[in-house]
Amino acid sequence: MKLSTPAKLFLWTVMGFGLAFIYVPLILVVINSFNTNTSFAWPPTGFTTSWWSKAAVNEGVREAIGRSLFVATIATLIALVLGSLAAAAIARYKFFGRDAISLLFVLPIALPGIVTGIALNNVFTNFLGELTIFTIIVGHATFCIVVVFNNVAARYRRMGSTLEEASMDLGANRVTTFRLVTFPLLRNALIAGGLLAFGLSFDEIIVTTFTAGAGQNTLPIWIFQNLFRPNQAPIVNVVAAALVIISIVPIYLSQRLTQEKSDK
Amino acid sequence: MTITTSARRYLHRNVRARISALLALPLFWLVVIYIGSLAALFITSIWKIDTFTSKVIREFTLQNFIDVFTDRAYFNVTIRTLFVAICVTLICATIAIPMAFFMARIARPRSRPILIALVITPLWASYLVKIYAWRTMFYPETGFINWLISPLGGSSPGFGILAVIIGLTYLWLPYMVLPIYAGMEKLPDSVIDASSDLGAKSGRTFFNIILPITWPSIIAGSIFTFSLSMGDYITVQILGGTFQMLGNVVYQNFSLNLPFASAVALIPVIIMMVYLGSVRKTGALDNL
Repeated sequence: MKLSTPAKLFLWTVMGFGLAFIYVPLILVVINSFNTNTSFAWPPTGFTTSWWSKAAVNEGVREAIGRSLFVATIATLIALVLGSLAAAAIARYKFFGRDAISLLFVLPIALPGIVTGIALNNVFTNFLGELTIFTIIVGHATFCIVVVFNNVAARYRRMGSTLEEASMDLGANRVTTFRLVTFPLLRNALIAGGLLAFGLSFDEIIVTTFTAGAGQNTLPIWIFQNLFRPNQAPIVNVVAAALVIISIVPIYLSQRLTQEKSDK
Repeated sequence: MTITTSARRYLHRNVRARISALLALPLFWLVVIYIGSLAALFITSIWKIDTFTSKVIREFTLQNFIDVFTDRAYFNVTIRTLFVAICVTLICATIAIPMAFFMARIARPRSRPILIALVITPLWASYLVKIYAWRTMFYPETGFINWLISPLGGSSPGFGILAVIIGLTYLWLPYMVLPIYAGMEKLPDSVIDASSDLGAKSGRTFFNIILPITWPSIIAGSIFTFSLSMGDYITVQILGGTFQMLGNVVYQNFSLNLPFASAVALIPVIIMMVYLGSVRKTGALDNL
């Protein structure tokens, strides 16, 4: 598209400003994790790596990371199964109530997390008696399903049904068609949806606050509890910086996936 | 073996059975666990509370709603929350539309995946980390913002409504950029070429052609920014100072007076349902 020079200049400026807006705070977190000053006054007065070595042996952090990984893994698995089943039904069939169901699949992310949180808390404490690690998983899976559903349903819509029909015309049954045609076409959407669901679960704090049992700290809960404790602040900063750096991994993975797609 | 074969045959012939088999588990989860819990919560809002023990008494009352709707303070909190959510949504849209346009139509195709990755990366950095970063930046005397603008004679605005709006804008910006980018990328070149062939300048093409066609994607993004801002209470705790939103009221009343907390929680739910209902026709829900 042809654009006038001022228009182009404007767009370049906004893009640059947007990226600066996104990255300056993240870069500051990483720099601050080496700051010798424990109150993180800017500019830093000196640099040290001692916070990093202290954080690496912190029991609370390790335990919280382990729990967060466990919760995110199980919630993602549940979401992958339930989300893609629902996506297949919505995308492939027309039936009464289809619109209502697709609206239902938007609600867990469209309604505020605190509402989901206290609603689940109310039911869990009344019917199950106590909160455990499994109540966290149920809470997380509820919004993870939506993410997987959205990704897979979008892929279904884009790929049409001609390839599956061709496969069945050539004599393959439904199971074989799914295994050899549908699943390979859906694979990238499943991985993308799964990664996103995992990320959301790993990072979730609001629903978790209301569904986690006593002592069941996930990493975000641990960070939140220690955020306002002055002597823990440097450790929190290191964890924060590490999370910023680690966040490059899933991005790299999903980049690889889209690259593969365009190569084909 | 014969059972599975006959089941398979039955499913093959019967479309309705096939749909039910696919939907049974997901619907069970969302309807029983999710909608069921929401319904239970809102039934609680018409129950009484024993003020000494904080136990819910299952007797009908409308007192919670009368309190919510007659107390000026809760009306003000609702207006403040709506104001913040609308500000965040508008600022996100103002930054995201040009960014998405640049990424989808101006940047070379080869650099597009890199730009997308740059926008997505902060989505993976923890929510708390980002708000924490802004907390250190907004710190009144020693923060980065103060250091940045003090040579110009300004000082950090400190914690309050402005910090909350900026923090929430920062958190939800990628949720706005991504759907709009997807919408703009799908836009066929021929439509834009036709507009400029017919003599429209780039500004006019943008406002008369590109914006209306990508509107559903913009609405899709706004669902995220609006809803996520309305329900937030943690950012408000960390960046808001004494400033409070609906989420904070719900959070504070939750353990002491659950019926009242659920009555307050109904406010963002109703606002969100009205919003979803009014944008459904645009097709935004398919663009999420």
